[in-house]
Amino acid sequence: MNSGLRRTPLYEAHVALGARMIEFGGWEMPVQYTSLIAEHRTVRSSAGIFDLSHMGEFYFRGEDAEANLQRLLTNDLRRLAPGQAQYSLICNEQGGIVDDVIVYRLADGRFLVVVNAANIDKDRAWIEARLEGDARLDDRSAHTALIAVQGPKSEEILNPLTAADLAGLAGFHALETDVGGVPALVSRTGYTGEDGFEIYAAAEDAARLWTLLLEAGKPYGMVPVGLGARDTLRLEARLPLYGNDLSEKTTPLEAGLGFAVKFDKGEFVGRSALLAQKEKGPGRRLAAFVMNERGGAPRYGYRILHGGREVGSVTSGTFSPTLEQEIGMGYVEAPLAEPGTELEVEVRGRARAAVVIKGRFVPGQAKRA
Amino acid sequence: MYPAELRYTKEHEWLAVEAGGKVRVGITFYAQQELGDVVYVDLPKEGAEVEAGESFAVVESVKAVSDIYAPVSGRIAAVNADLEEKPELINEEPYGRGWIAVIEVADASEIEATLSAEEYKEHIGEA
Repeated sequence: MNSGLRRTPLYEAHVALGARMIEFGGWEMPVQYTSLIAEHRTVRSSAGIFDLSHMGEFYFRGEDAEANLQRLLTNDLRRLAPGQAQYSLICNEQGGIVDDVIVYRLADGRFLVVVNAANIDKDRAWIEARLEGDARLDDRSAHTALIAVQGPKSEEILNPLTAADLAGLAGFHALETDVGGVPALVSRTGYTGEDGFEIYAAAEDAARLWTLLLEAGKPYGMVPVGLGARDTLRLEARLPLYGNDLSEKTTPLEAGLGFAVKFDKGEFVGRSALLAQKEKGPGRRLAAFVMNERGGAPRYGYRILHGGREVGSVTSGTFSPTLEQEIGMGYVEAPLAEPGTELEVEVRGRARAAVVIKGRFVPGQAKRA
Repeated sequence: MYPAELRYTKEHEWLAVEAGGKVRVGITFYAQQELGDVVYVDLPKEGAEVEAGESFAVVESVKAVSDIYAPVSGRIAAVNADLEEKPELINEEPYGRGWIAVIEVADASEIEATLSAEEYKEHIGEA
């Protein structure tokens, strides 16, 4: 029963696989196929396949495309060779995050900016209102399928299917090749902390591509993975989620994303606000913490305390299937984001002890750029 | 999936009437399926008084937190300590080793007010 939600070209495939479907950002997506914990663990031990076709793909062309993107995004595109990608942010004048994106310099001179599904319309309007000169945005989201294969066996599964040899493809690089005969852009990127690939293809090829990838992955134990495990995987890898950890009310400096803000590249929207914040030091920071004992996961909005005083709130939290502990992230007063700091998270009326960690919850195996 | 000898509530709990005026309670197959993998259970204390319709335990899955409502009023006579180490028993055996608590019932007529298996199946649209 279609409740007015959007569906990707793989909707029928998910239903046929027995997926439980939920509403996500206006889309009807699979949250899990079997067990969230089993799907999560399979990605860490062998591989998982994800339908991410709801995400947005914006292509930019024109003489002034690069200059416009340099002005609208915070990272420095000059560092990108053809086929290379980087994580970046669209900020507003106050330095607040409009969206977090991946941007590619494609071999043919165009740029591809991949945006969060829930922000497609917002981002398109934001960018179009600010484009100057010879620069055109072509929103291909509705015509593009995106399938991710993530996990230590990803390259073994995918390489036999591609015309190009993926062994030499470095992290945050992409190439155009056929996958089982389907033309695609294959990118060594992902959102799980594991090695993996994100495959962009034409929407009309989605079902065929999904089926052939599922078949190729079967001997390796690859399973389809829903949005539920996608969230536990990314949180273990300490990757922020827009809408939870990032919003227009948070800046990249507060969120620990200063590496994606290049002040020396020239003017960009939000530069002066962010520079001022950098000089003063952000008043709050996104901390990652582990609960000392089992007692219920931290959840969005739960209060964070220190010495009985409220010092922040939780933005993401879950049970970690790998650590078998409860973990979370939240903004706290800047000095308290220091690793080793003991905090308390209020879970169902009880202040439960937690400790701030350094780096990721689970060490990552993703390939470096 | 919904044993005929058990009673049920609209909030997806089941009750098994036991000797000595007690009922054993847990959550139904439907409830555990909706929740997904259970990772934590907040159990009540033995001896605690509970009121019918009030939350007396919390079952937490990776994605959601769910209050469990006392189907009858009474006193907690026993809790399933196995759920501390293996909360997934609720998914694996919702009517067996995944039981949550045993309640000493104050008013036996409250049991009559619960649903039969057929009525519960109708309630969840599986009649």
